[in-house]
Amino acid sequence: MEKDFMHQRKLIYDRYVRYLFIACAALMTIIIFSIIFFVGKQGLMTFHDVSPIEFFFADKWNPLIHKYGALSFIIGSIVVTLLAIVLGTPLGLLGAVFMSKISPRRLRNIMRPAVDLYVAIPSVVYGYIGLTVLVPLVRKIFHVNMGYGVFVTSVILAVMILPTIISISEDALNGVPKPLEEASLALGATYWQTLYRVIIPSAAPGILTAIVLAMARAIGETMAVQMVIGNTPLIPKGLFTPTSTLTSNIVIEMGNTPFGSTWGNALFLMALVLLVVSLLMILIIRRIGARRYT
Amino acid sequence: MLFSGKKKLLAVLGTMVVSTMLFAGCGGNSADNNAKSASSDLKGKVSASGSTALLPLLKPAQEAFEKDHKDVTVNIAGGGSFTGMNQVAEGAVDIGDSDVFLPEEYKGKGLVDHKVVVEPFVFITNKDNKVSNLSTDQIVGILTGKITNWKEVGGADKAITLIHRAKSSGSRATISSVILKGKQFTDNASIQDSNGAVLKGVASTPGAIGYVDAPYADKTVKVLALNGVPYSAQAIIDGKYPVYGYGHMYTKGQPKGAVKAFIDYVMSPGFQDKYVEKLGFIPVSKMKK
Repeated sequence: MEKDFMHQRKLIYDRYVRYLFIACAALMTIIIFSIIFFVGKQGLMTFHDVSPIEFFFADKWNPLIHKYGALSFIIGSIVVTLLAIVLGTPLGLLGAVFMSKISPRRLRNIMRPAVDLYVAIPSVVYGYIGLTVLVPLVRKIFHVNMGYGVFVTSVILAVMILPTIISISEDALNGVPKPLEEASLALGATYWQTLYRVIIPSAAPGILTAIVLAMARAIGETMAVQMVIGNTPLIPKGLFTPTSTLTSNIVIEMGNTPFGSTWGNALFLMALVLLVVSLLMILIIRRIGARRYT
Repeated sequence: MLFSGKKKLLAVLGTMVVSTMLFAGCGGNSADNNAKSASSDLKGKVSASGSTALLPLLKPAQEAFEKDHKDVTVNIAGGGSFTGMNQVAEGAVDIGDSDVFLPEEYKGKGLVDHKVVVEPFVFITNKDNKVSNLSTDQIVGILTGKITNWKEVGGADKAITLIHRAKSSGSRATISSVILKGKQFTDNASIQDSNGAVLKGVASTPGAIGYVDAPYADKTVKVLALNGVPYSAQAIIDGKYPVYGYGHMYTKGQPKGAVKAFIDYVMSPGFQDKYVEKLGFIPVSKMKK
């Protein structure tokens, strides 16, 4: 009797806990879809007043005289993101190789948590350091007018994406089967040859995932970018000219823009562009991940 | 001895009671012209949001007002001038704080304007700059991008870097209407999203020029004279230095009860004399027009 009752109760738990999980999953899905729906609906309303061609291909942004060309923001976002990847990837990848394959265990045990600490620094602090240290430094070294702009922003973003690249690449490197490495060494390859001919290529899908995730982080970063990019609504002419990104322009104008106006909607449309870009990146990651196991 | 001591105590107590009643009476009168006269009758919540430029002024007002009226809670949030006007138009808050006059799309929504303070602006440059005075025409030239080197206005051979506010900023709107009068700002400028950030940018960038609310200008930058008139509160009051805007508190319809009492308090001579000038703003009552 007693035992039976206990068993019944466990079965009931089982059933209801299952409902709890379903409810949580449903809620999560509802939330993300309502966000997409809301941003999408609000953003697409821009096209009542502005043609898509103007929004995506004109670079004149002046809502006060009804010019809504967002090209300079899109180009700004792409340029700083790519440059950050170019600067950050080799650094992060070499760091990951060092931590995974070369460093003594004790050093690695210190470095791994240290790398994770990068994430704990609020992005406004990165921005502030950029503003007070990097901008004047760049101005002095390269003899430019302001120092704000693409280069400083990319350097800061490169630092900010390091933990993503290091941790995920390191996991990928650790996941390379030991026999591969041993076989390569047994065939007479030096350790360096083994590293760049065997280990890194086999970890490539994981490393690519790291890079794409880092790109998603860089393109969405707002606060630090806003502080050092200069926020000029013009297409950058060089590494040291100020420009704007989608995020920096949203954060600068959103607070004082009437909700529901064409101007406000255009800012939501920029958010939608970012959302779509991130979505594409996630799809790319999934493709890469799938390739790994087939 | 004992008796006179008691008497003294009574006298003190009596004075306190009377003065409390007097104070209460005053508060009540300014709040509500009806027969109700004690401040404790005033109850409710006052919510305000909007302009961040007005925050340093409204915070002390909130504290002092809540001290006088125990049953009233005042909430003040930032969010920007347009947020404030939006929210008051939708009825989300009682008071919308704003640095600008009502734009076209808000007219006809029944908003009532209460000008509570004058916000003076100054043009600031980097300390290295030799120029200390600009004419209105020269400033227009710089802001529109026609003048790009300090040597064109009597300074050193150094490129001019304009650092100022976003297109949605109330400060920018004020400068645009007072100085530019319809001409467009050049896009070739660095944009910062607050007075503090503009100040920091100008202070650390050689050849930079920008504008901030006058209270923000400190020793790290150089304040320019305009048409030969150095900035001072008196110059604004006398109409010699025309760069200022008004701080507005908008209500939907005529304010009532606690909301009216709070706005009246902000505009009262007691508050304006005590805080407004100390914070670098100028009392509305002193303007000569």
